[in-house]
Amino acid sequence: PQLLLRRRPASAGAFALLARPASSASGGLPPLTTEIHPGIKRGAFSQLTDADVSAFEAIVGGDHVIKDADEVLSYNIDWLRICRGQGQLVLRPKTTEEVSAIVRHCNKRRLAVVPQGGNTGLVGGSVPLFDEIVISTSRMNSLLSIDPVSGVLVAEAGCVLEQLDREAASQGLMMPLDLGAKGSCQIGGNLATNAGGLRLLRYGSLRGTTLGLEAVLPTGQVLDCLTTLRKDNTGYDIKQLLIGSEGTLGIITKAAILCPARPKSVQLAFLGLDSFQAVLDTYRLARRSLGEILSAFEFIDSESMRAVKKNLGLSCPLGEHSFYVLAETSGSNETHDREKLDGFIESVMSMDGCATDGTVAQDAGQFAHLWSLRERIVESLLVDGYEYKYDVSLPLADIYRLVEHMRTRLDGRVIRTAGYGHLGDGNLHLNFTTPKFDAKVLELIEPHVFDWVRDRRGSVSAEHGLGLKKSQYIRHSKADFAVRVMAEVKRLLDPNGIMNPYKVLPDE
Amino acid sequence: YIHIINKADMAASKGLKILVGCKRVIDYAVKVRVKPDRSGVVTEGVKHSMNPFDEIAVEEAVRMKEKKLAGEAVAISVGPPQSQETLRTALAMGIDRAIHVEIPLAQLEKLQPIHVSKLLAKVCESEKPDLVILGKQAIDDDCNQTGQMLAALLDWPQATFASKIEPSQDSKQLRVTREVDGGMETIDVSVPAVVTSDLRLNEPRYATLPNIMKAKKKPLAKMSPDQLGVDLQPRQEVISVEDPPVRKAGAKVESVEDLVGKLREKGLVK
Repeated sequence: PQLLLRRRPASAGAFALLARPASSASGGLPPLTTEIHPGIKRGAFSQLTDADVSAFEAIVGGDHVIKDADEVLSYNIDWLRICRGQGQLVLRPKTTEEVSAIVRHCNKRRLAVVPQGGNTGLVGGSVPLFDEIVISTSRMNSLLSIDPVSGVLVAEAGCVLEQLDREAASQGLMMPLDLGAKGSCQIGGNLATNAGGLRLLRYGSLRGTTLGLEAVLPTGQVLDCLTTLRKDNTGYDIKQLLIGSEGTLGIITKAAILCPARPKSVQLAFLGLDSFQAVLDTYRLARRSLGEILSAFEFIDSESMRAVKKNLGLSCPLGEHSFYVLAETSGSNETHDREKLDGFIESVMSMDGCATDGTVAQDAGQFAHLWSLRERIVESLLVDGYEYKYDVSLPLADIYRLVEHMRTRLDGRVIRTAGYGHLGDGNLHLNFTTPKFDAKVLELIEPHVFDWVRDRRGSVSAEHGLGLKKSQYIRHSKADFAVRVMAEVKRLLDPNGIMNPYKVLPDE
Repeated sequence: YIHIINKADMAASKGLKILVGCKRVIDYAVKVRVKPDRSGVVTEGVKHSMNPFDEIAVEEAVRMKEKKLAGEAVAISVGPPQSQETLRTALAMGIDRAIHVEIPLAQLEKLQPIHVSKLLAKVCESEKPDLVILGKQAIDDDCNQTGQMLAALLDWPQATFASKIEPSQDSKQLRVTREVDGGMETIDVSVPAVVTSDLRLNEPRYATLPNIMKAKKKPLAKMSPDQLGVDLQPRQEVISVEDPPVRKAGAKVESVEDLVGKLREKGLVK
């Protein structure tokens, strides 16, 4: 099983090494995905033969072809432990050439494959459903170059995000994205899912910060768009098709990322508020008073805070409030930034109905502890048992209305309904927990929650992607014709449909 | 001088007056880098915060105020202009007022515990605290000297590495539990005294917003070493600062014979 390593120094308490939570459903393994989704039929793919295995062994070497059932099992289960596939084989190539040879063979033989990076995806997109072959990028973990002047970092797809950030730090740079899975997720997967994270508010999405990439297309051909140029308007920008394609249009093997300068001063304010309107007002204030130095604005509801306190034993320095906000600033001058933060705090405290309680992190330990109250919410909810995760974009005013609506709808059926997320991006993370998977609860949630979002012109998946779990709801947020154009693109690049089937685009 | 406060006094009187020392140091989470010329470490643009042991000292003073053992708590910092931020943090945690002994940049790098303790001793002469609480050591130099030197200069009793401070049985003194190599030692000290804080004394609080705002209005007095009549002539000269040697990779062996062979190779066994 994968381990999520915390980067920041721990607060009072041991250095938190997160083990993947044990599935509580059966006390052991999650149910087979095919059992949860009996409607999905295996595609017309070939069966794996000994000849295939020998061919793979010739490409990557016997040591890097995993056939042992116990080892293969861990590649078949996602981080949330809501999926379990039946893949029989895992390949671990080291170079783009090896990936290309593998994919060429699979395409010729019509063998389905699943590209897998850190396996931290949250929509079941990174694991097999049936007997797809897992192609793991974990061994492709070389940092190729960092240019301290331009800030361009070039790395292989299997590099772990946190490690890239450390390397960037040594050159006074930082990776433009940050998310809770940073200790395990790989940059290839981040690109494939167009991962958002905590600082999209400030640094934008990977669609902007990725300057180039190299990928192996489903036919085995290598697509080299690995430029380090900031501006290059020569033709169609094909890499944008691959970014966010969740491994269905090809396997990303290298990426060139534009890294911003690492801020000299990072400050964090943690506020307690008593209404969602106060959260919105505080956000408006933050944009006005902190503007250019605001680097994150997250909100947490009382249920999420309760989970973090009860299930993980973390302590919250503020009293009981309906909402909590984390406002982070990043800038080049500590004195200036503290002054701006002081101004923000003064406004927040004098504004009617605004923050009644709060603190500013005084040192790195407090900083890490306060962030952990937000970053470890997912982990804390998993302790309840089974987690139903939703990630939607909505107009700001609607964000908490959805949480309240669903909380009422599921009253008595779930342990808790937790709402939190990237307020600055209009992105709500909505989670429900039950002791074990409950099909009736799932029925009450889906498709109702997606319909509610569609009716307000929101996105049924703000940043997590569609994967397996949400592919059927794509038309809730995309026009039918748009979906058909996507299917054409898929057919063009993947004529045999071998690249991560059953994901992203709906069945037909 | 010695004056002893008894329980009746502690309750009825305004309580002990406490002076807390705070030092601005490089934040403990920062990866420290040695300057290329090996004259010291890089401090420019690096995150600084209050020495963790001093945070504990400040917290203890504030708690003693809350328990009515102390009446007034004053924070003092000897350092550059930015030390004022450190003092503001102390004020935000509940300290009443602050004193900043500003050290000019030229003399900052050569400042030693002997100088700091002399400056503190001078301030004690005018402030007349009943109790001085300092962090047991600063995490940048790890000297663990200032508290002890200060007690000697003032000829006051000292209780270092404190993990607990409470009134003594007869309430005439302070009972301090100390963390020592052999375990825990409990001693009674008469006030005025110098106590240095160890890790387990308490867990410092977060500064709340209302207190952060209030802190801005609390008095912060500035003083100079000249005003205090202390000579900052360095007694030591730093010759060089180096990184610790890089840890060499180990080697794994498959058998006992292998192990013995390798040990012989390295001349560790004959």
